[in-house]
Amino acid sequence: MERRAFYRNSTLPWLLIAPQLLLVLVFFYWPTSQAMYWAFTLEQPWGGGNTWVGWENFLSIFHDREYWGTVVRSAFYAICTSALSMAMALTLAVFVDRSLKGTKLFQSVYVWPYAIAAPAAGVAFRFIFAPEAGLIGALNEAWPGVWNPAINGYQALAMVIICHSWLGIGYNFIFFLAALQMIPRSISEAGAMDGARPVRRMFDLQLPLIAPTVFFLIIINLISSFTDSFGLIDTMTDGGPYGSTEVMVYKIYFDGFKGFDYSGAAAQSIVLMLLVIALTFIQFRWVEKRVHYN
Amino acid sequence: MTRTRLLGAATTLAALALATAPTLAQTKFDFWYGLSGDLSERIQDMCKDFNASQADYEIVCTSQNDYDTNLQNTIAAYRANKQPTISQIFDAGTLDLMLSQAYVPVKEVMAKNDEQVSWDDYFSGIASYYSTSKGELLSMPFNSSTAMIYYNTDALAKVGFEGLPTKWSEVEDVARKMKAAGYDCPIGFDPAGAWQWFEQFSAIHNQPIATKGNGFDGLDAEMVVGKGKFVQQLTWIKAMYDEGLIVLKSKDTGEVDQDAFAAGKCQIYSGSIAGHGSVTAKAIPDLHWDVAMLPMLDGVERTNSMVGGASLWTLKGKSEEEYKGAAAFYEFISTPKQAEWWSTVTGYIPVTNTGFEAMKANGFYDAAPYKGRERAIESLTFTPPTENTRGIRLGNYASIRAEMVKTMQNVLFNNEPVQQALDEFDVKGNEILRRFQATYKDAVLP
Repeated sequence: MERRAFYRNSTLPWLLIAPQLLLVLVFFYWPTSQAMYWAFTLEQPWGGGNTWVGWENFLSIFHDREYWGTVVRSAFYAICTSALSMAMALTLAVFVDRSLKGTKLFQSVYVWPYAIAAPAAGVAFRFIFAPEAGLIGALNEAWPGVWNPAINGYQALAMVIICHSWLGIGYNFIFFLAALQMIPRSISEAGAMDGARPVRRMFDLQLPLIAPTVFFLIIINLISSFTDSFGLIDTMTDGGPYGSTEVMVYKIYFDGFKGFDYSGAAAQSIVLMLLVIALTFIQFRWVEKRVHYN
Repeated sequence: MTRTRLLGAATTLAALALATAPTLAQTKFDFWYGLSGDLSERIQDMCKDFNASQADYEIVCTSQNDYDTNLQNTIAAYRANKQPTISQIFDAGTLDLMLSQAYVPVKEVMAKNDEQVSWDDYFSGIASYYSTSKGELLSMPFNSSTAMIYYNTDALAKVGFEGLPTKWSEVEDVARKMKAAGYDCPIGFDPAGAWQWFEQFSAIHNQPIATKGNGFDGLDAEMVVGKGKFVQQLTWIKAMYDEGLIVLKSKDTGEVDQDAFAAGKCQIYSGSIAGHGSVTAKAIPDLHWDVAMLPMLDGVERTNSMVGGASLWTLKGKSEEEYKGAAAFYEFISTPKQAEWWSTVTGYIPVTNTGFEAMKANGFYDAAPYKGRERAIESLTFTPPTENTRGIRLGNYASIRAEMVKTMQNVLFNNEPVQQALDEFDVKGNEILRRFQATYKDAVLP
């Protein structure tokens, strides 16, 4: 039987959600409708008029080879950070779940990276990874020139991916730990009695049983890597070198705020919004249905 | 009874006095600027001095951290009708502001308030950047600089070079000898320095960046960088980089070129004259260095370099009183005493002829730490501005500048052929310009 909240007074529920609705209206729907308007016109930065151009903004960004490069790069970035972050978080959660001595401490410590703001982490990691002044400079002493994200685009991308994954571990860890702890002890004990080692138990017993959480986290990680990557990239690489860490959200910021191409940036942000909506739709429509809750 | 009456009378008088007090208050007006750190402190000092020097107006100066942020915030405030009276806008933001009709020309501000300013006194190289194509000044020049090249004179002496190089071929020769003598970093190079390595190079060699006088004469200008001498220069930079004579020094490697030079690690670097004061402050003891005009290619005659820095724009939509205050402030910063103070505490150069002459007469440029700064003025005024050296008036120029940074990085790190890279740069630049032109379809260039 489904449980629902009933209110006899019909205005009370509206009053209760009014603050949240107000926030959503002012900070999401209003700017989005403005962006929609700008995406179909050519907006002058200082105001004072715009001309209707229909689909032209969208067509010009779709014809731009660099834009597709940004899209591919964002997708690559999203997949890598999600995979890396979830793999590391799952490993840690599995270890903590075994309730060995001292795991209570690790339980609280592993969440801390999530509390760090991305720009702060970006500055710290930029120091760590700086080829001459940073900690990784020791590597460059042994093999000169092997690590230089200022020159090598792939290394710059790798650096940003590692940093983003690190930040996401805390969030994923909490969810994984909660999911693992919901699995009845008897299942793991039965497996142990049958001679299964911890690794086999993880792959054959625990992983399938936490599948709903895994799928939920995949979608959340993917969405966040599209939108939350901005803080990191802005402090670490500025989209460089030569655009090799320019993801969609950074390109929107650059085109809009530095290049003053408000309409182009609006069109790009509409595209990004539709992409995120599509991902959410996929999750609710298909993924949740195919996942079983015992 | 009389006590309460007296008390009542006293409180009424006090209330009346307080109520009428606001009419004697000063006119407050806002000034937003885009400098931070040491330079921001100097501007705060200047604002305090202005407020102390008169009682009619009070200026409120707020730092927005950097030029980009200041421009974004000014635009946002203007759209919300909460703009400041004066805003410090850098060179790349000039054209957007000019076409927006969001400003009041500085000549109008001063004329309306009966302030006398000798407009011809401003260096033509500086005034031309901020003037209409017919020569009418729109904004107040404030912190002006130009690009220079800095040399470590000890290193030059070690390789046996007398004086300071004036040609790129001499720089190459000196750099090679420095490398042979054991210096790891003859020339420190930051690809983010498109301003000094590309724009100023084009100016002093009288090379156009775009047609129509770099955009002064029309919004339909086209980029022509791939057809000019910069192809030769970028090829030379790439060759020097491959040989190890030009070394990368940027924020991403952990140390910028100016810091490396001041620490004695790099022997040559190119940057703004505004950095002259910073190098003086940061230099390690016993660092002997000097600053010179940018070198030339062999066989090319030097023309004037372009002004960098920013100027002060007066925005529309404020009250007459606030404009009077702005005019008073402009008058204040143009006084010789103030101009000299500003050039002393910062590396920026005086913007007027009389200011410069006065400082020269005072012996300002005769000794360290200010000796050498007069070469910036020499560079700016070497010739009267030509069609290619009035300035750059291209739409969304910040994007175009960023494209040049990417192009230079591509050539240096990805080994892209120079001619191909610059041709692609021209194509991308044209896309940006055409989009800008379509956004301002009916606008007329002032």
